[in-house]
Amino acid sequence: MGMTMAEKILARASGRERVTPGEYVIARVDKIMGHDNSFLHAYEILQANGFTRVADPDRIVVVIDHRVPALNVKAADGHRKMRAWVKQLGIKSFYDVGMGICHTLMPEQGHALPGTLVVGGDSHTTTYGALGCASTGLGYSEIAYSMYKGENWFQVPETIRFEMKGRLGRGVTSKDLMLHIAGTFKAEVAQYKAVEFGGPVARDLSLSDRITMSNMGVEIGAKFAFFEADEKTLAYLRGRTDRPVRTFGPDPDARYLAVHEFDASALEPQVACPHFVDNVKPISAVGDVPVQQAFIGSCTNARVEDLQRAAAILKGRRVHSGTRLLLIPASQEVLAESVRNGVIQTFVEAGALISPPGCGPCGGGSTGILAPGETCISSTNRNFKGRMGSPESQLYLGSPETVAASAIAGRITDPRKYMA
Amino acid sequence: MSIVVTGKVWKFGDNITTDYMAPSFSQYSDWEEAKKTILHIHPQFPAGHRPGDVIVGGSNFGCGSSRETAPVNLKKLGIGCVVAESFGRIFFRNSITIAFPVLACPGVSAMFEEGDRLELDFDRSLVRNLTRGTERRGNPLPPQLIQIVQSGGLLALLKAEGQAAAR
Ligand code: SF4
Repeated sequence: MGMTMAEKILARASGRERVTPGEYVIARVDKIMGHDNSFLHAYEILQANGFTRVADPDRIVVVIDHRVPALNVKAADGHRKMRAWVKQLGIKSFYDVGMGICHTLMPEQGHALPGTLVVGGDSHTTTYGALGCASTGLGYSEIAYSMYKGENWFQVPETIRFEMKGRLGRGVTSKDLMLHIAGTFKAEVAQYKAVEFGGPVARDLSLSDRITMSNMGVEIGAKFAFFEADEKTLAYLRGRTDRPVRTFGPDPDARYLAVHEFDASALEPQVACPHFVDNVKPISAVGDVPVQQAFIGSCTNARVEDLQRAAAILKGRRVHSGTRLLLIPASQEVLAESVRNGVIQTFVEAGALISPPGCGPCGGGSTGILAPGETCISSTNRNFKGRMGSPESQLYLGSPETVAASAIAGRITDPRKYMA
Repeated sequence: MSIVVTGKVWKFGDNITTDYMAPSFSQYSDWEEAKKTILHIHPQFPAGHRPGDVIVGGSNFGCGSSRETAPVNLKKLGIGCVVAESFGRIFFRNSITIAFPVLACPGVSAMFEEGDRLELDFDRSLVRNLTRGTERRGNPLPPQLIQIVQSGGLLALLKAEGQAAAR
């Protein structure tokens, strides 16, 4: 019997010939990622327990992205401590304020590779599944434990597979596809399970668009959210890593708990409505929703292609007078490329506000917070009550195109209206 | 040493997120202020709960972020345990890691009314409704995970390992 991607990776990482869903294994982790919440707390926890060393500093990646630039003394002091510890521990993969969001940097800087096992102190660590990497989120103490031991315990998950047939229509993106999956199959469909996204649509998607879906894998409960690592993956990684990388996928006779097959061709843009990610409607059913803030940012949808597609809608238009459009590119690399290709100019001319790379208001941690009674449409991944500020604010999720179109119209709007 | 928790039940529905237990809008408040925002989704809970109370949740309890502060905050309030239909994966792991008893027990919502008294026999994955005299077995945990909770958490276990090795 063949193995799924999750089974293959957990077998290798635990030194086993094969593993079966349900069993517990101790597995060596290839990379451990921590940011300015998780690394900070994780190392504090280690110190508080009398541990000052880590198993292997070369397997640790540290990013300051959540509260950047430091927005108060507490955040600044956390950053100061992190810089000192990174030096003291000899951690070389350190990305300071403004370099970008952890989940954007991990693939971009070649830390998340096909067939490897990665843990991160953040729930959206599932993101690197887009590159065929088994990656998942853990809490602070478990990041502490993983850093100290270089390994952790895992239950081998069952895998469910989404076979996506057909072709995405004009103005419909992988974000819409993922929202559609959340809305149709609901937030718990992959609880404790691994997901594999496959079929013609998965093959057609760019790496950036795959990242959007794997990023939101955790919103349907997934432990890992894989795409097969194919030629596109190898092309993406060229120049980003000097490690040998190979294509990687499940065995043809792998066993799945369920295979959900659907045709994505007829899909229209989708919107997640307050206050949960699986409260999804096709945009034509959303109704008239004025928005005070429109946000393009986060590890979900603020890469070069996302910004380009939003800019194509903004070009030659102005953001509505009652709405502010906030753009936060996901990394320094994204920002640099978006300056070169003219996208930043388009945003500025449309009247957008631009903040330096980082999480911004996505997790409610930094600038761009919502007041009571305000409504925001956002390209981020979660719309829980109070997530972006006041618990009395309303948060809708859509693709960067939908956010851009809504910013122009001042209300939630189908992006196809502005497409030539 | 077995872990048995009893307490008065607060009931919660499905999809209770970690953002409701550790809201980012309260992150710069001091504990006394932040405390009032924990599980604000339940209108009576913030003012009404007392140390020793317990929570019965619906499905996907603790979905969302990796914030370990979610179960840490419940523990700090003195909540004795959470028994739910099912849990968000990271919340569940975090709870075990910090030695906060949690049990997934399909059918538990229907078994309790708010205010009933619950008893959780953690090691045996057994939930009792002391008010109504009913009981139900939840999804058993493997002995390694029960041991983490019994040892006072994953870091306490690591510390004990280190001390044993040094001897
Ligand atoms: S962008 Fe949002 S979801 Fe992504 S890591 Fe930052 S806070 Fe989390």
